[in-house]
Amino acid sequence: MKLKKAITIMVVFLVSVVILAACGGDDEDKESESASGAKTVKFMHLWPEGSSAQHHKVVNEIIADFEKENPDIKIDLEVLSNEQYKDKIKVLSTSDELPDVGMTWAAGYMEPYVKGNMYAPLDDIVESDLSDSFVSGTTEAFSVDDTTYGLPLELNISTIFYNKKIFDEYGLEEPQTLDELKEIVTTLNENGVNPIALGNRDAWTGSMWYMYLANRLGGDEDVLTKAIEREGSFEDPALVQAADEVQKLVNEDSFVQGFNGLADEEAKSMFMGEQAAMYLIATWDLPNFTTNEDIPQEFRDSVGYFKFPSVDGMGDTNSYVGGPGVGLFVSENSDVKEEAKAFTSYFVQQWGERAVTDVGIIPATKVNVDSLDLPQMYVDVLNDLNSATNITLYADVQMSADVAQVHLDMIQALFGGEITPEEFAKTQEDALAAE
Amino acid sequence: MGLCDMNKVMSNKWIIFLYTFPALLLIVVLIVIPLILSGYFGLMDWDGIGAMEFIGLNNYIAALQDSKFWESTLHSFLLALFSAISLIGYLAVALILASKIKGANLLRKIYLIPMLLSSVAIAQLWIKIYNPSNGMLNSILMWFGIDNPPAWLADPSIVLYAIFIPIIWQYAGFYILIYYAALKNIPESLIEAAKIDGATPLQIALKIKVPLIMNVFKVTIVLSIVGSLKYFDLIYVMTSGGPNGASEVMASYMYKLAFSSYNFGYGSAIGFLLLIITLIVTVIIQKLTASKDEIQY
Repeated sequence: MKLKKAITIMVVFLVSVVILAACGGDDEDKESESASGAKTVKFMHLWPEGSSAQHHKVVNEIIADFEKENPDIKIDLEVLSNEQYKDKIKVLSTSDELPDVGMTWAAGYMEPYVKGNMYAPLDDIVESDLSDSFVSGTTEAFSVDDTTYGLPLELNISTIFYNKKIFDEYGLEEPQTLDELKEIVTTLNENGVNPIALGNRDAWTGSMWYMYLANRLGGDEDVLTKAIEREGSFEDPALVQAADEVQKLVNEDSFVQGFNGLADEEAKSMFMGEQAAMYLIATWDLPNFTTNEDIPQEFRDSVGYFKFPSVDGMGDTNSYVGGPGVGLFVSENSDVKEEAKAFTSYFVQQWGERAVTDVGIIPATKVNVDSLDLPQMYVDVLNDLNSATNITLYADVQMSADVAQVHLDMIQALFGGEITPEEFAKTQEDALAAE
Repeated sequence: MGLCDMNKVMSNKWIIFLYTFPALLLIVVLIVIPLILSGYFGLMDWDGIGAMEFIGLNNYIAALQDSKFWESTLHSFLLALFSAISLIGYLAVALILASKIKGANLLRKIYLIPMLLSSVAIAQLWIKIYNPSNGMLNSILMWFGIDNPPAWLADPSIVLYAIFIPIIWQYAGFYILIYYAALKNIPESLIEAAKIDGATPLQIALKIKVPLIMNVFKVTIVLSIVGSLKYFDLIYVMTSGGPNGASEVMASYMYKLAFSSYNFGYGSAIGFLLLIITLIVTVIIQKLTASKDEIQY
């Protein structure tokens, strides 16, 4: 009897294997052409409904419109959150199964993909459909050897957001210099208020503090970018001094307790929960401070922002750390490359204005905002962006993945007081020189 | 179905093949082939995307000279040590539970709860507990008058041990269940006999019960040490090996190299070394714990 049962189980197993295999085959067929002759373009993005509700909604609307206008093209959507997205793209690329259209970051991040012939050149779209529609400097960040491989969707600058209620309570004003910022920190600490929220487990947030200090101390010269591009050294006095300033800020208890163990999300929730007075982040978080209905109106009204202050009278406060965020790529090995390109072009054209009105972020395409009814903070940020003298791209995006990891580890060690500013600079100089 | 039917089955080579083939196929495709491939990728200079370049044993040599790799290996072994020691605690709990105390059934279920949670949920739970300013742990410490409780996941000298606690907690139910089942298997007559001879409960536990389940205990030692050496989940979610590598273990270091630094060749080499180290350790433990005499009830 048992034998009979075992054979039954065996048969069920084999049948299910065959069925599964057949399903897999079906999927592949669908990718290129389905029964009705419509082509399917696979699209992956990283704005899940939970954490980026407005982004998510607008993307779905654009896809619906595109499918209506192009009945013979279907968009097959997959959505993952940021870190999972990065992991999945990496795995897909090793097996040469990238989605037809997906999202990428600029510069150092995309370089291995471009060198591995994974991304299709998009110059034809940039020059035809989208000529003169991008803010200058944004497509350049997505170019390798003068060829554009990604179409930027966002443009960000980072500023220090602060809680006006807390500032008013202790009679504080927006600082113009680092010394004034330090005085604010002292006052807040004396009154038992956490001065600055920082989630340095995600070390790119600490990196922004370091980058700003380096930028201000370096004066007109963008010493950090020069060091990364190997036109200068990471052991430049300004870069070492910036590291020293970071440690001084840490020693004065400027940042929340245990910041090296906190994720950026945790730091953000401290700021939004009014447990910390200041928070340095890029403008992609603007919706949380302006239009996002899930955040209490009272809190949104109490948020202000100021530019990163000058240091010892040095540095131009109109120089920012920021740059384009994510962009769209088209897979070089896509079976439906033309359709994928058409979708990408359509998406970028539709994204611009909706990103402003419905999402509340700053797109990388030029948008005429005069006729639009926008929150005051949004208009202010846009004006600042227009008068920006320089935007230094995030260090970990500029660097190759290998060196970026060294940079992020060193940022944690520097903030944690494990290394001296000189060791901090030397380790990164060595890593850059070894490339 | 009698014993002789079973013998008939076992003498038919085709049926033996039919029984074992699916499992064999799965093991070869999902485990053996990837293992060989990762050893092979370890010989390459490869970013995971572009062309591969054969560089011989350079990755392996680099790994042996890589202080970060050895640091992460040390952390993995520390975890193995702590896990192995904690087995004694689990055994003690199982002994108490199995001695028919009141509410043993309920307690057994409570101990099993962490096993039912996914690693990510456990990680999120403990991240909240460890939060330096709002966390449960520090709130309690401050309530007891400790002004500056440590930032558990940020302090490089504490973070590793702070993560060990949830890892050990996570597996408590699993081992307690194994010990509990083994203890329940001991014939009641042996215990009765010991009682008649005047043995105390402690003597019964240490001199009769524990020796009788020694084989099970040895298996769990191997399980916990091997499991610790390749441990990844909570470390990845709670700290990603940070700050600056203070909580890095072998598996998380391998992951970081392959997926964050885009150094697939080197990452694969580390993965292969992890396999070799685990194999060596397993063989050593099995040699050390090998017993000559089979226990018979």
